Amino acid sequence: MGCGTSAVATETQVKRVEEAEAMKAAVLIQRWYRRYMAHLEMRRRYTWNIFQSIEYAGEQDQLQLSSFFSFMLDNFTQLNGNGPDLISQLLDPVLDPWLGRETCFSCIPVPDSYTGPRLTFPLSVSDTNALLNAFKEQQTLHAKYLLQLLCETKKLLRQMPNIVHLSTSYTKDITICGDLHGRLDDLLLIFYKNGLPSAETPYVFNGDFVDRGKKSIEVVVLLFAYFLLYPDYMHLNRGNHEDHIMNLRYGFTKEVMQKYKTHGREILQLFQDVFSLLPLATVIDGKILIVHGGISDQTDLDFLNSVERHKVRGLVCFILRRRHCQLTHQDSAASCSSSSSSSSSSSTLCSPRSPSSLSPRPCPSSPSIHFTVNSLQVPFLDSLSSLSPPSPPQYEREWKQIVDILWSDPKNQDGCYPNTFRGGGCYFGPDVTQRLMLQHGLQLLIRSHECKQEGYELCHGGRVITIFSASNYYEEGSNRGAYIKMGKDLIPRFYQYQVGRGTRKLTLTQRVRVAESSALKALKEQLFTHRSELMAAFKEFDHNNTGCVSVSEWAQVLESVLRLDLPWRTLRPHLVRLTAEGAVEYESCFEDMGSGTQLAQVTPNLAETLFRYRTDIEIIFNIIDKDHSGLISIEEFRQTWRLFSAHLGVDINNQAIDDLARSIDFNKDGSIDFTEFLEAFRVVHKLDKYQHQSRMDSNTERL
Amino acid sequence: MAAHRHNSEAMASDVHKKIKAAFKAFDYEANNTVDVREIGTIVFSLGCFPSQADLHDFIAQVEEDHTGFIHLEKFLPVMTNVLLEKRFPPIPEDKLLQAFEVLDKEKKGYLEQEELTKYMMQEGEVFTQEEMDEMLTALTDQKDNVIYYKDVIDELIIDNDI
Repeated sequence: MGCGTSAVATETQVKRVEEAEAMKAAVLIQRWYRRYMAHLEMRRRYTWNIFQSIEYAGEQDQLQLSSFFSFMLDNFTQLNGNGPDLISQLLDPVLDPWLGRETCFSCIPVPDSYTGPRLTFPLSVSDTNALLNAFKEQQTLHAKYLLQLLCETKKLLRQMPNIVHLSTSYTKDITICGDLHGRLDDLLLIFYKNGLPSAETPYVFNGDFVDRGKKSIEVVVLLFAYFLLYPDYMHLNRGNHEDHIMNLRYGFTKEVMQKYKTHGREILQLFQDVFSLLPLATVIDGKILIVHGGISDQTDLDFLNSVERHKVRGLVCFILRRRHCQLTHQDSAASCSSSSSSSSSSSTLCSPRSPSSLSPRPCPSSPSIHFTVNSLQVPFLDSLSSLSPPSPPQYEREWKQIVDILWSDPKNQDGCYPNTFRGGGCYFGPDVTQRLMLQHGLQLLIRSHECKQEGYELCHGGRVITIFSASNYYEEGSNRGAYIKMGKDLIPRFYQYQVGRGTRKLTLTQRVRVAESSALKALKEQLFTHRSELMAAFKEFDHNNTGCVSVSEWAQVLESVLRLDLPWRTLRPHLVRLTAEGAVEYESCFEDMGSGTQLAQVTPNLAETLFRYRTDIEIIFNIIDKDHSGLISIEEFRQTWRLFSAHLGVDINNQAIDDLARSIDFNKDGSIDFTEFLEAFRVVHKLDKYQHQSRMDSNTERL
Repeated sequence: MAAHRHNSEAMASDVHKKIKAAFKAFDYEANNTVDVREIGTIVFSLGCFPSQADLHDFIAQVEEDHTGFIHLEKFLPVMTNVLLEKRFPPIPEDKLLQAFEVLDKEKKGYLEQEELTKYMMQEGEVFTQEEMDEMLTALTDQKDNVIYYKDVIDELIIDNDI
C-alpha cells in the first residue's frame, strides 16, 4: 500500500492481502504445533529410556540374588545348623512333602454363598464363558475349582512334547501373542478384537502370563481353561516368569496368597508343577519358530526336544544346581553311586532319600522349622538317585538349552555372548539367527520377553520379531500391545492396541505427562537409594563445601554412581535446583523423599542398604517363611541379615541389626512381621499427593 | 584472543553434547544412526523452527544415499552449524497469539473446530489427517467444543525446557 496518497484499494487487493496474512498465520501455528509435538515425542522417548534403564538395572539385582544364593551354598557350613536352612528351603519348594500331589479336591467344601463359576470337568464352553464373565465382574474362582483346573492342566501338559508342531493347512489364521504379565484387560481386549479361542481362531501364547500385573491368576486360569477346552487350538509356551523364584520377586506368589488364604500353598505348588511342564517352543509349518526369549549358538532343537523339561524349575535353581554339582564334585568325588546316599557334613544336600518312601514328619508348629537330612525332599535329586549319575556336563547342557530359550535377547552385533544383565541366557546376533534358520530350515523366529513401545519390533533383517502384548507395561501410556496373525502364506500381520483407563480419551500430552511423572519418580528413587555414594562423590568436587557443583560435574557423578545411561543434563530440571549462577544444589534432589515409617535405630548406612535391596530381602524372607504367614523368627532374621550383609561386603554393625530386630518385634513373641518391617524401607515421595492433585486440577481445566 | 577461542570451543562442546543427547534418544540400535523420519523431531527439540522446506533441505544434506538412516557423524557438524548460526530462529510467542487472532476473523475469542481444520489442512504447510486429529483432541475445550486459543497458547509454549 502506498504511503501518502490514499489509493483506493480494490476489493481483490484487500482480499489477497487477507489471504496472504491468513496463510502466514496458518504457517506460524503449524510450525509452533509441530515443535510442540516434537518436544512431546522427545519427552516420551526419554521417559521410555528411563523405564527401560531402571528395568534392566533391576534385573541385574536378580543376578545379585543368584550370586547371594551361591554365596550361601559356599558358606552354609558356617551356619552350624542353627540358621535357617535357606538352601534346602530354596531348592525344595514343597512345603509339605507328605502332601500327596493328588489332593482330594472333592473334599473341599464350596459354600452356597459362592456365586462364582462352578466348573465341571471336562470343561465346556459354558465353563469358559462363566469364567470370562466372572473375571469381568471381579470375582475370584473358588480354590476347589482352581486346584482341579490346575490338576487337569498338569495331566494334559504331561502328554505334550517340548516342541509343539502346528500346521496352517487345517486351521484358519493363527494368532500369536506375547507377554501378558497378569494384564487381564489386555487379554480381554485381544479376545474382543480377535475372537475367543476356537477351531476358527487358534492361538499361541508365548509365555510370561504372570507377575507384575494384578490379575495374573485370572489371566492364567483363562489360558489354561481354553487349553483344556481346545488343546488343538490353544498353545502355550513357557516364559521365564513361569518360575517360582521369579514369582516370589515379581508378585505372583503374593497375589495367590492374598486371594487364596487357605489353600494358597497347595495352589502355588500346583502352579509350579504346571509351569515346569509347559512346552518350550512352537513351530508352525516347520518354518516359524516361536520361543519366549530367544536362542544361543548352542541351541539345538533336536536335543531340546529330548530333554526332560519339567526338571528345570527355573533360573536360580539352575545356578544353584550347577554350584551344588561343583561342590559335591569337590567334596566327594567317588561318592555318588546310584543307590547309596553319601552324607558328609559338608554335602547335606547330596543325600537322596530312597525314592519310594515319604518319611513322615511332625507338622511344623512354627515357621522356623529346620529341615533335617533324612526327610529332605529335593525333587531333582530324586531323579539323580534313580539313574546312574549323569555327569554334570550333561545336566549343564540340558539346563543351558532351556535357560537360553527362555532368557536370551537379540542384539545387532554378530556373535553370542552371555546375557549379564539378566543373569541367564545370551545376547545373540544376526549370524546366530542365520545359522539356526539354515540348520533347521526355518525362515522366521518369533519371540517376546522385551517390552517394545509399539508392541512389536523387527530385527536381524526381519528374521526376528519381538511381540509384546501387555500395553501400558511401565505406566499408563508407555507403550502399545500387539499380536500377530498369520495365514498359509506365513506372512505376519500386526495388530496393535492400547488399553485405556476410563472412558475419556487421554490426549497424547496427558499420557506423556503421566508416564513421565512415573518415570521420574522411579528415577528419583534410584537417587535416594544411592544417597551416600552420591553425596560422597559430590563432595569430591565440592572442595569448599558450598553445596554446589557444576552441571557437568553433577551429570558425571550420576552417570558413574548409578550407571544408568540416561540424558542427565536434559533431565536435570526435573531432579535438582540451580542457583542463580547456574550451579547445581546437589542435595535438593533428596528433599521430597523419605521413608515409610521412622525407625530410630536405623543409621543412614543401614537404611540405604535396606532400601536398595528391599526386593531381594523380601524374596529371601518369603522363602524362609514357608507357610507364607508373613512372620519369621528373630533368629532367622538375624542370621539371614548377617549372611546377606557379609555377602554384600557392607559394613553393618551386628549390634545395630540385633537392636533393630528386637525393636521390630512389637509383640515380643520372637517373631517379626516382615511386611511391616519392609514397609519402613519403601521410598515415599512426600510431595506426591500434591503433584497428583495439581495434575488432576490441570486436567479438569484442560479437559 | 585465547580466552575468546576457549569460550567458543566450550560453547561448541556444549552444543555437541546437546545434539548428541537428542540424537541418542532415537538411536534405537545404539549404533549412532536414526531413522530419517525422526530428524524433524530432533531438530525441533533442539529449539529450532524450520519450515518444511528447510527440513527437506536439511535432510538432503545429512542423508546417506537413501538408506533411510542418518549417521551421527554427518548429522553432528551440520546441526552444530545450524545451532551456532541460529539458522531457524524461534518465532516469538506473541506472534502466535496474533496468528490466531488473524484467523479468528469475527473476533470471537475462539475458533470453531471446522474453522481451524480448514486453515490447518488447506493453508500453508498443511497438516496430515493424523496431525489434525491430534491437534483437535489436544486443544478443543470439551464442554464448548471450540478452541479457546488464548488458553491453548499457554499449553503450547509451556514445555520449553527440554
